[in-house]
Amino acid sequence: MIDQSTADESSADKIPVTVLTGYLGAGKTTLLNRILSEPHGQKYAVIVNEFGEIGIDNDLIVGADEEIFEMNNGCICCTVRGDLIRIIEGLMRRKGKFDAIIVETTGLADPAPVAQTFFVDEEIGRKAKLDAVVTVADAKWLKDRLRDAPEAKNQIAFADVILINKTDLVSDADLLEVEARIRAINPYARLHHTQRCAVPLAEVLHRNAFDLDRILDIEPQFLQAGDDHHHHHEHGHHHEHDHGGLKHYHDEDMQSLSLKTEKALDPDKFFPWIQNLVAQEGKNILRSKGILAFKDDPQRFAFQGVHMMLDGDHQRDWRDSEKRESRIVFIGRELPESMIRKGFEECVA
Amino acid sequence: MATTETPSVTDRARLIAAGAPVVGAYFLKHTPVFVLGDEALLFAVGDGEPKRVAVHGGGILAAACDGERIVTGGDDGKVAATTADTTTAVVAADPKHRWIDHVAIAPDGAVAWSAGKDALVQPRKGEPRKLEAPSTVGGLAFAPKGLRLAIAHYHGVTLWFPNAVEAAPERLEWKGSHIDVTFSPDGRYLVTAMQEPTLHGWRLVDSKHMRMSGYSAKVRSMAWTFDGKALATSGSPQLIVWPFAGKEGPMGKQPRMLAPAEHRVSMVACHPAKEVTAVGYEDGLVLLVRMADGAEVLARRPGGSPVSALAWDADGTTLAFGTEDGEAGVVNLS
Repeated sequence: MIDQSTADESSADKIPVTVLTGYLGAGKTTLLNRILSEPHGQKYAVIVNEFGEIGIDNDLIVGADEEIFEMNNGCICCTVRGDLIRIIEGLMRRKGKFDAIIVETTGLADPAPVAQTFFVDEEIGRKAKLDAVVTVADAKWLKDRLRDAPEAKNQIAFADVILINKTDLVSDADLLEVEARIRAINPYARLHHTQRCAVPLAEVLHRNAFDLDRILDIEPQFLQAGDDHHHHHEHGHHHEHDHGGLKHYHDEDMQSLSLKTEKALDPDKFFPWIQNLVAQEGKNILRSKGILAFKDDPQRFAFQGVHMMLDGDHQRDWRDSEKRESRIVFIGRELPESMIRKGFEECVA
Repeated sequence: MATTETPSVTDRARLIAAGAPVVGAYFLKHTPVFVLGDEALLFAVGDGEPKRVAVHGGGILAAACDGERIVTGGDDGKVAATTADTTTAVVAADPKHRWIDHVAIAPDGAVAWSAGKDALVQPRKGEPRKLEAPSTVGGLAFAPKGLRLAIAHYHGVTLWFPNAVEAAPERLEWKGSHIDVTFSPDGRYLVTAMQEPTLHGWRLVDSKHMRMSGYSAKVRSMAWTFDGKALATSGSPQLIVWPFAGKEGPMGKQPRMLAPAEHRVSMVACHPAKEVTAVGYEDGLVLLVRMADGAEVLARRPGGSPVSALAWDADGTTLAFGTEDGEAGVVNLS
């Protein structure tokens, strides 16, 4: 099930697709309007659910009805966005007229079918590439939504980039609290504190978060939160003692699990293990990624996955300065930690 | 497999730089016309510079042709009909400017189109008719006789008589997303292409299912042979031809596999009078394949992007081709 991408498919020619998620009222449309109105010289095709909310004239704004299709491919949790396949194919007929695509999902949407569309549909995968899942979270209300809305938790767990928006409506203490709640679910996403979604666009667009060559950000991201200067200073000051003042929470059902070994892995053990794991637990594993050091292999192997879908390839030679170690991260619901740890250890060559 | 020994007609090709992705090719009378993804039709009149005619204010998403006019659907929400004299008339405009995803032309000249879940038919006379499908329309096809429209969608096909107001549409069900649909020329079978690399079919008299699988990619191109006895398809690194002669159609039968190549077939077009199929591949190769024995003639050398359009003129003496990167050509075989 690990698709080893063929070398002749240059990812530079593919149109990057940014997926914008966030619970109702968090500020997705504000971010979208900001992206479309800033003078960046890029032309975006935008796939939206609610026509008319965008105040910008753009002939490449396309209305979509989220249509979730099950695939008859033996993959029980495999769903794709049928409307997205149709619209991206349509947009590709105007190749050259735009630089990137932004997909805005509804507030209640699960990001997985969007991401899986790029794994499952070969034609889409040939022409477009997933760039990043960007989630806008409401600083004031996210805590409550994490309690009562599974969709909100999915959106946080799935994200590569999270904007904690409307920070002006909460106290510094509340902000740290919500950040800690987010980190309990997803310690790997890049976090930004924003008001009215004011963030440098380079922080949300062209992130290459799904590019195998960029699977570097596999270490937890405790340090870079905060675009507000004052806050940033304070944050750094506390860091040495207690991870930037963050409390440690444990989310009851959504966690991340990080595995590491300095012993070389046996590919003949690892691939059957990971494929079996995602086949069995893929429903609960939202995202996975890893960099692997195989025995007698001069090259790093990188992989990433969404639920049961995996994509992996040899990446480049290990550098002399690099520690040859294998690292894997899973984000998911009720992950069977001891079973996963044991299985991974048994993959050692 | 095409080799250096393969006979070639590439020296008979007139090459045309289309300047935009070619998404379809047709003949209006004897004029090759290329449908461009950006917004225009390109008329390759005579030997001179081809004439570009903008027919939409945006991309062209769908096209169909009956030899007299090319009907197009655009992302400007319009359905347009263009004739050989390059004049364009607007057939319909979606009130909400939705994308026109699919179009079809009936034998009597009625025009069908779809926008989202809505399938519409403009009969030759009278008001347009509308039917809402259970999900976004994946494909449209008119039956060869009478005014009956097949509408492909998620989990099946709806068969609709737009002129029979009282008759309830008939539903043919099969799980999954159906993205294209075609009637056999005798009207006995209906075949859909699916999101998965497979075809599904129904024998219409008893709705018996036919599964046609084994492809390595989605089937994006299907064409019936001139006698209607076989269906040629893309989606594999060879031409796949399903037999539809006899009472059982392809049920329990293996398809024929012709013209194996390194890359997958992306387009097929059957000759209007002979057992010959033009086959376009993902590496730009175009072959003419004799169905009887699989003999091949080279019509375009491989190179560049996938073949995205193929068409024969009514006499079967001229072949038009186009690619995703905007390379087009007309091969004169007379």
